[in-house]
Amino acid sequence: MKVWKYGDNINTDMLFPGKYTYTCSVAEEIKPHLLEDLDPSFSSNVQSGDLIFAGKNFGCGSSREQPVIGLKAVGIQAVVAESFARIFYRAAINQGLLLIECAEAVEAYQKDETVDLDLMNGKITIGPKTYTFPKLPKEILAIREVGGLLPYTREKLKKKGCK
Amino acid sequence: MNEGVYWRGERHMGATFAEKLLAKYGKQDSVEPGQIVTVQPDHLLTHDNTAAIIQKIESELQTYGICDPSFSLIVLDHVIPAASEKTATNHLRIREFVKEFGIQHFYDVGEGVCHQLVVEKGHATPGSLLVGSDSHTCSYGAVGAFATGIDRTEAASLLLTGETWLKVPVSIQMRLKEKLSKGVTPKDIILSIIGDISASGATYCSVEFHGDVQQFTIEDRFTIANMGVEMGAKNAVFPADEVTEKYLKTLGLKNKMDTSCNPDPDACYDQIITYDISDMEPVVACPHTVDNVKPVQEVTSIEIQQCLLGTCTNGRLSDLHQAASLLKGKTIHPSVRFLVIPASRSVYLDAVEQGVIDILSKAGAVILPPGCGPCLGAHQGVLAPGERCLSTANRNFKGRMGCKEAEIYLASPLTVAASALTGHITDPREMI
Repeated sequence: MKVWKYGDNINTDMLFPGKYTYTCSVAEEIKPHLLEDLDPSFSSNVQSGDLIFAGKNFGCGSSREQPVIGLKAVGIQAVVAESFARIFYRAAINQGLLLIECAEAVEAYQKDETVDLDLMNGKITIGPKTYTFPKLPKEILAIREVGGLLPYTREKLKKKGCK
Repeated sequence: MNEGVYWRGERHMGATFAEKLLAKYGKQDSVEPGQIVTVQPDHLLTHDNTAAIIQKIESELQTYGICDPSFSLIVLDHVIPAASEKTATNHLRIREFVKEFGIQHFYDVGEGVCHQLVVEKGHATPGSLLVGSDSHTCSYGAVGAFATGIDRTEAASLLLTGETWLKVPVSIQMRLKEKLSKGVTPKDIILSIIGDISASGATYCSVEFHGDVQQFTIEDRFTIANMGVEMGAKNAVFPADEVTEKYLKTLGLKNKMDTSCNPDPDACYDQIITYDISDMEPVVACPHTVDNVKPVQEVTSIEIQQCLLGTCTNGRLSDLHQAASLLKGKTIHPSVRFLVIPASRSVYLDAVEQGVIDILSKAGAVILPPGCGPCLGAHQGVLAPGERCLSTANRNFKGRMGCKEAEIYLASPLTVAASALTGHITDPREMI
């Protein structure tokens, strides 16, 4: 498992360039362009289970869910950042990509340290130290538990029945 | 410029705009920041991304249909006219969807930028709730609406159900005091604020604008609210007042005036920040973040190859008039390409009628069709490596205009027009 470390204000154009937004919408089209203008080595070297660590305001900018879909599809276990921009945060809930807001963990992380995530208890261990992050509200957990917003909506519609 | 910050205290009993509005739409007597409410917004905006949105729910659409044909506002504006077979096919698919499901509010290629049309066509009104699959949906706070951006998947879900959840945000009150000096515009206000509080300074917050805001027209307020998301805000709003009421009258919507969600005088704010706007000067947001804001005088040596006047931030009639006031009878610098995009067909027609397009075109401008133009880097003015663009848009991220080795600077219509004449970033006050 590798940790990809980036700085503050990683915006949606860095995560997935705007010029592709109307030509790429499914995971296989998105993957080769992930982080293209930020880190050209990312898309060919990322492996399932990797983590991203970043600073403040991760995902700021456009309403652009391709980076969320792409990061989920390449198997990013979680993005740990000091803070996230809200549309990106919402998109991650809707796609089932795990985002963890934990400034202490980001600050503490040194290159090549081991990282262990304990989602059930809201804990992240970096080297010898463990940090906690707040659990998600029940409304959001309900979306996460069924695998994202569309499965959640499908269940809701089934319960309501056909019009 | 931050003259005082007052933290949440027990003495506050009233409600902010966001609290009142989300209580109303959440069907609650009152709500607290952090609370999650289920809401049925008045409208959902989607644009060229409608094609990708409906692709996610094709079978559900056939089984359940859409929740309401008057709910959806669909505007083709991002890549118009189509730039490739792929974008043309997306547009075609959207037109078929509109027809099949009887979508009542559809604006095809050339009508304008989605955010401009939502306001201009009267879909956003005081105390209404709108969501859109575009980050600049926050613009509708200009007319006292609560409006916020969502992603495509959520838009797909909303098309089917008409319902979503929202977390009640804490609120920031920004008091704009005094009057602007000559040559300084609302764009300079919002860029200065973002430079002050940073690109994440209002993350998750509802931002309310108060103070001497009577001096600002709906167009001015639009520019300011539009950039709320550039400081991380969930929404940005000018509570409805006489200016809003007057504007609604011009749209024939006098009966939509509503102050019921205006904040209480004793509402509880996370921060109250006061700006003396008479101190502000023309500023420029330098590459590659919107909060990298500098006084124009510090960057006047920077040469530019392209100027862009338009977008949902600054493509309205007053913006075009401001540029024309500097360009009348003059010719732009030979090494500059000057792109102008009226924000809507209505703006375009008014600008033609009032001689503004004549002035801009004779000065050397290329007039593009009402839409997003090159703002998102897909077409109509993509930059080459090493080039610089001075733009009235709202974002200067690396690669935004299609090339990661190019630079984007953001400024007011006056600064952009002055700089188009000289070929380098120029303080417009030297020309007024």
